[in-house]
Amino acid sequence: MSHSEAHSAIVAPTGTWWRPAGKQEKMWVSIAFVWCLVLFAMMPFWHLKGGQNPSGVRARVSNVDFMARVEKFVADYKVGEDNGVPVVAPPPGSDIYLQGQMWRWYPVLKLKQGVQYTLHLSSLDINHGFNLYPVNLNFQVIPGYDYGLKIVPNKAGDFRIVCNEFCGINHHMMVGKVIVE
Amino acid sequence: MSTMVEALAGRTIRSRTCEVTGLRVEWHAETLIKVNAVIAVVNFLVGIVAAFGIVMTRWQAVHLLPADLFYRFLTLHGLNMLIFFIIFFEMAVLYFAGPVLLSCRLPAPKWGWLAFALMVTGMLMVNATVLAGKADVLFTSYPPLQAHPLYYLGIILFAVGALIVTALFFATLVVARRERTYEGSIPLVTFGALTAAIIAVITLLHGAAIYIPTFLWSLGLMHVDPQVYRMVWWGLGHSSQQINVAAQVSLWYLLAGLTVGGVVLNEKISRMAFVLYILFISMASAHHLLVDPGMGPAWKIWNTSYAMYLAVLASMVHGFTVPAGIEMGQRLRGYTRGTFEWLKKAPWSDPGFSGMALSVVIFGFLGGVTGVTIGTEQINIIAHNTLRVPGHFHTTVVGGTALVFMAVTYYVLPLIFRKRVAFWGVAKIQPYLFAIGIVILSMSMIFQGIFGVPRRHWDVSFANAPFAVEYHPAVQLFQATMGIGGLLAIAGGLAYILIAVVTVFFGRPFRLADAHDSSGMPQGVWRLPRQTHEGAQVAAAHRTGTPGTLVLVFIFFACFVLYYFANWKILSFLWKVG
Repeated sequence: MSHSEAHSAIVAPTGTWWRPAGKQEKMWVSIAFVWCLVLFAMMPFWHLKGGQNPSGVRARVSNVDFMARVEKFVADYKVGEDNGVPVVAPPPGSDIYLQGQMWRWYPVLKLKQGVQYTLHLSSLDINHGFNLYPVNLNFQVIPGYDYGLKIVPNKAGDFRIVCNEFCGINHHMMVGKVIVE
Repeated sequence: MSTMVEALAGRTIRSRTCEVTGLRVEWHAETLIKVNAVIAVVNFLVGIVAAFGIVMTRWQAVHLLPADLFYRFLTLHGLNMLIFFIIFFEMAVLYFAGPVLLSCRLPAPKWGWLAFALMVTGMLMVNATVLAGKADVLFTSYPPLQAHPLYYLGIILFAVGALIVTALFFATLVVARRERTYEGSIPLVTFGALTAAIIAVITLLHGAAIYIPTFLWSLGLMHVDPQVYRMVWWGLGHSSQQINVAAQVSLWYLLAGLTVGGVVLNEKISRMAFVLYILFISMASAHHLLVDPGMGPAWKIWNTSYAMYLAVLASMVHGFTVPAGIEMGQRLRGYTRGTFEWLKKAPWSDPGFSGMALSVVIFGFLGGVTGVTIGTEQINIIAHNTLRVPGHFHTTVVGGTALVFMAVTYYVLPLIFRKRVAFWGVAKIQPYLFAIGIVILSMSMIFQGIFGVPRRHWDVSFANAPFAVEYHPAVQLFQATMGIGGLLAIAGGLAYILIAVVTVFFGRPFRLADAHDSSGMPQGVWRLPRQTHEGAQVAAAHRTGTPGTLVLVFIFFACFVLYYFANWKILSFLWKVG
């Protein structure tokens, strides 16, 4: 097959069709390849320089153990109740816990602005989705796994946690609360 | 039309010669194309009915369905559209790209019919279980959420059937080669279909690896880890979308040839791009696990980028070679003036062409750009499980795949069913109606997702929730546009079904001898453009190259870069997390 032959994609090509690409095609493939490398490099780069990464401290955990940690956390730092859910104000820099279950987030968290906490997420039953409203941070919450994320709230306010993984008929009622002062 | 019955090595082969393309069409292959396509359209109708319920519920001003029915319809919609409609259609594509394009008999046709029976049985079992309310687990059925065992069994039967069809496709390639039904290498369209078939095998093996244990788990016989399930299930769930991509790109090349005589710029480049899909695309399971607790950053980065975005490279290559092939084909037909005469003089009233062209644009500009962006490890933090995700995949799998399936239907009806397309006037505008609807719907979903609105959610007004949540007022506007876009797309989808059903069952027969009456015949059928070119003009066309396409891809590239970095910027404003 030579440069003086062209055919559509339903024609079986005969002869040697393995030949160099045209100039424009080569240019586009090169640009696309370099762009792919940029796309790739951005992710490690953000781990080094960026402030938002989903790495966390990850571990397996049994429901019983996680529930025990949550209960101890609530007992230690409980400062009140909101809508029947305990409000917990942990000390700056501490490990804090949020438990998802059909169909509530437990407990309500009261945090300080500009301080780092390690937020542990897990579920007692099925998959749930952690969505911080209105910041729009999203993480998957899976039973049997402890997802420990180092977070720094950068603004004071009244935040919500919306469940955004389908978890049964009352999924739409699963809303929690975070207060940042 | 000539029908042949011949005896070959003790077998009786019934076939006819297509008067448009000159290809030999064997009876079993042709009939299996027909039945698979018909069932695909039936599933598409089920999916559309469900879509109406879903979009009219998510539009809070209407809020049509109660919660249980909403999630049931959502389950039904995902399964019938993403699995049944698309895979039945792809089975038809395999029977076309193998036996028909290679003018070969279908080996072991009985297995084709067995596979079809298995797939229909599986499909009916799944739909019956869902409709009975025994499988409100959504498309993904993440354990420990559990469906009735028949649900998993139905999917297993369906997958076994599909696996048999891919095996028949591979067998066809062997038989065609041995019986020398073609010369040289297999056509690019068949090569693309081969890519789809290989990815289908990888995908279906993942499917077996997850649905068989899950079936046993539903019977109480074993344990399934929720995180492992998510990883292996998405080896099926995402990779099956890559079957669609490979099939869809093959159909772009097919329609480019049939409608305007689009040529293959360079066989090597296009085929290498398909090979990249095979090598890397199954890694995309990671797209769904970027903010999961089970995997670390190295695993996430390597897998979400398909090694180093090599499958994205493949799509960017096809995104150039398909329009460039069309441009060169048009230039060879004499549309050589300026940069864009080839585009202006393209057959925009041929739904086969317009549907294909819109599919390329929607898949590339919206689907590809949004997909790569939200599939970035860190950017996924602001996209995971929000409406941005379904917004994205409605531009790939609906605006890309389903739309090109519709476009090719306008050629399948006259060429395989041998009927004139009914309601030709409606058919000419149907791709535009569907495309506009899908674009409005998807962009409205993406904008809502940027405000954090969740996907798969019955009531984002949170009327009964313990703590009030009130989204930005713009969300209400985007809900209304989502509703309108959805209704337009549904109208476009129903028009497609109406045209297909009326044509198949009541259509006027089509013969090339009556070509003076072109009603109901796409222009590529009654005047098939030249599929091969030779001589000095080809060399000249290669020298000119494709300046118009070059302009288009650079516009695309600018949009891509802008959207990608805008998302990093948004991410940088959030709470520090790590």
